[in-house]
Amino acid sequence: MVSRVVVGAHYGLRDWLAQRITAAIMAVYSVIVAVVLLFGQPISYPVWRDLFAQGWMRVATLLFAASLAWHAWVGVRDILMDYVKHDGLRLASQVVVLLVIAGYVGWTIEILWR
Amino acid sequence: MSSAAAKKTRPKYLSLTALLFEIRLPLPGWVSILHRASGALLFLAGVWVLFILDRSLASQDGFELAKHYLKLPLVKLSLLVLVWAYCHHFCAGIRYLFLDLDKGVDLKTARLTGGVVIAAGLALTAYFGAMLW
Repeated sequence: MVSRVVVGAHYGLRDWLAQRITAAIMAVYSVIVAVVLLFGQPISYPVWRDLFAQGWMRVATLLFAASLAWHAWVGVRDILMDYVKHDGLRLASQVVVLLVIAGYVGWTIEILWR
Repeated sequence: MSSAAAKKTRPKYLSLTALLFEIRLPLPGWVSILHRASGALLFLAGVWVLFILDRSLASQDGFELAKHYLKLPLVKLSLLVLVWAYCHHFCAGIRYLFLDLDKGVDLKTARLTGGVVIAAGLALTAYFGAMLW
């Protein structure tokens, strides 16, 4: 039996805060990318490749991917906690989600530093 | 109190017509469930977006292939749904950040901003859609 003091240890506060901080990071990145795409040069392959060849863009995109991974984990886990009532099934789903997220991040790194 | 309470017709039974036509989710409720649905959709679509990004950055040929692929009607439609999901999630998220700061928590403002978020999500989708086409 686990005894928890509801107001004692800020259960969930870290997730709540992480959800908001990662959201803010992604929002800034989204606006920057939208501006580049809408008001920059027309996208051809050299323009596209050079955009992602720049150091700042790679780091910003990696930061975005890391934020997205954390954000998506908190969000999808909330959804699973709400709808999947069977403990084993929920645990299995969460493991699958974690693997998918890890795969997304790994693939992103591979794409960025090819 | 007693006379006012007595006049009320109750209990209210849940029926199909009540569920379909009488009991409606308030606007902030729509923002909320669409925030959740769009988030889930974006998570699931990650593999697709990464696939297109991967191809488009791999080579000139891959870029042309991705460009051609994105012109297919069904792909465009799917992408538009995804753009909407992103825009709605973005706008609704910003609304939640304000709610966290205790801004706009009264019913009237919350309903107003709920409507604004749904409209802004659709307007941004239309704008980006026009850019895509």
